[in-house]
Amino acid sequence: MTNKESLQVDVSYVAALARLKINEEEQSSLQKDMNEIVTYIDMLSELDVSTVQPTMYAIDMKNVWREDICIPSDVKNTIIKNAPANIDGELIKVPQVIPGEGIS
Amino acid sequence: MIDLKKITLAEAAEQLKDGSLTSLELCSQYLKRIDEVEDRVKAFVHLDRNSILAEAEKSDARRRSGKTLSEIDGITISVKDLIAVKGEPCTCGSKILRGLKSPYDATVVSKLKDKGVVIFGRNNMDEFAMGSTCENSSYYPTKNPWDLERVPGGSSGGSAAAVAASEVTASLGSDTGGSVRQPAAFCGVVGLKPTYGTVSRYGLVAYASSLDQIGPLTKDVYDSALLFDVITGKDKRDSTSLDSPSISYAQSVRNAPKDLRGLKVGIPKEYFAEGLSEVVRKDALDVISLLKDLGAEIVDISLPYSKYAIASYYIIATAEASANLARFDGIRYGHRSQNSSNLNDLYLNSRREGFGAEVKRRILLGTFVLSSGYYDAYYLKAQKVRTLIKEDFNNAFAKCDVILSPTSPYPPFKVGEITDPLQMYLADIYTISINLAGICAISVPSSIIKDLNIPLGIQFIGPTRGEEIILKTAKVFEDNRAVKNFIPATVGGV
Repeated sequence: MTNKESLQVDVSYVAALARLKINEEEQSSLQKDMNEIVTYIDMLSELDVSTVQPTMYAIDMKNVWREDICIPSDVKNTIIKNAPANIDGELIKVPQVIPGEGIS
Repeated sequence: MIDLKKITLAEAAEQLKDGSLTSLELCSQYLKRIDEVEDRVKAFVHLDRNSILAEAEKSDARRRSGKTLSEIDGITISVKDLIAVKGEPCTCGSKILRGLKSPYDATVVSKLKDKGVVIFGRNNMDEFAMGSTCENSSYYPTKNPWDLERVPGGSSGGSAAAVAASEVTASLGSDTGGSVRQPAAFCGVVGLKPTYGTVSRYGLVAYASSLDQIGPLTKDVYDSALLFDVITGKDKRDSTSLDSPSISYAQSVRNAPKDLRGLKVGIPKEYFAEGLSEVVRKDALDVISLLKDLGAEIVDISLPYSKYAIASYYIIATAEASANLARFDGIRYGHRSQNSSNLNDLYLNSRREGFGAEVKRRILLGTFVLSSGYYDAYYLKAQKVRTLIKEDFNNAFAKCDVILSPTSPYPPFKVGEITDPLQMYLADIYTISINLAGICAISVPSSIIKDLNIPLGIQFIGPTRGEEIILKTAKVFEDNRAVKNFIPATVGGV
């Protein structure tokens, strides 16, 4: 990617990856915004960073070990109550996942 | 009667201690103030008056029986609407989380409750902390208490406005690219972005996990140190949290020197080259001259990769956001679309109805930079540039103790003034590098623009875990700046 060949973001493809549904009106304004922003961030192509290590976290990170022990948790009811729909206060209800005959 | 417009957290604590004030009186007076000004300012999205008064009474009872939990028992502190408080809503300013009630307290909230603090409502914000004006809230925009036609900044705009409008003593916000410091500057309050890892993120709804950090918004530098003392520390529930500090920052600030002799203050030439408004440049030069008068040595420094910071930030932050916000799908909590017959439609429609325009824009950008074929060119490259930006600061701190810059290149914008997303991103120029490098910075009110009667803020930047030096420097500056009072005389005439 260089500034010479300005890149077009395929907004509808990326929206599908992100599980975002976008109507035609939104698509044209998002297309304009994306092209403008991507043209801007393309300034990084000026830099040769082939010998630079990436930074994922700004502080030194190391794996944190702990004992694998069970502790009591009483949040189940709260969590089920937060779901938009539930079955008997025990399960979270969702629309049918696998196509086929309806089950209830 | 206490003067809410003047009283700091430390002063309120003192009055609670000597018996001239009760927590119930403090809370009642803030609630009365909220009745007067909140319909103009719109700094809160949730406020449970009964629970606040009940907690205040409990605090007073503890005090009467000599069982006070801490020096700040009974003090009022609000939180930004992305910090979990058990049993309260936590919507991140979004439609997609309407209806959710937090099942647990964030670690910072547990720490405040352990000290007897009354959690005093939830503050408005740009949706999922994405924005610099509070105009991206799905509820309503918050207004700047100094001038109701201007924005309070963002994303912690509700927190900053609530403190500036004297609706609460202090507030906790979060800072991913300047979201505590910029609204603090716009509203004339103090905002601290602590070193990454010094404050637990457990119970903070994630925007960009490698950049997010909770920080206090307060009336003065001492309150900032006091509150930072309470919320900092290692947390086994946040594997990125650092070891607890061995000092009290409030005590350091109390013992701050009278002047700045021996202190080296770095001025990054890139920050003053172009793109900042004249009034901001002049303010920064005035601050530099005051610091010089106070005995500080001014050192020219360079942060050569600064020009790449915004590009790098908006790649990394949106990439992390696109992953973090994937969990909001209408299944387990929050908004579920009623117009869906199958699971995929339910995801699509719930997210379509639940997310606002800026959030969709950032999810799209983040998904794009992580997508097959673009990952190396954008995401990996941005992480490498992040290394260069971090090294810039390491090199600079070999030559100076603190770095000085404006907090924002512009004074507070008018509502609706900036509509182009990229222009809005560019306004983060002085704050985002600090998050990329993981270091700390504090914004302190520096002056008031006379004709407009709106405040400006100045930023002191410190190295990793350099909170002590920036808080002390900020304190000396605060004690010596020309303008003493940074609370608006009235808010829309009240």
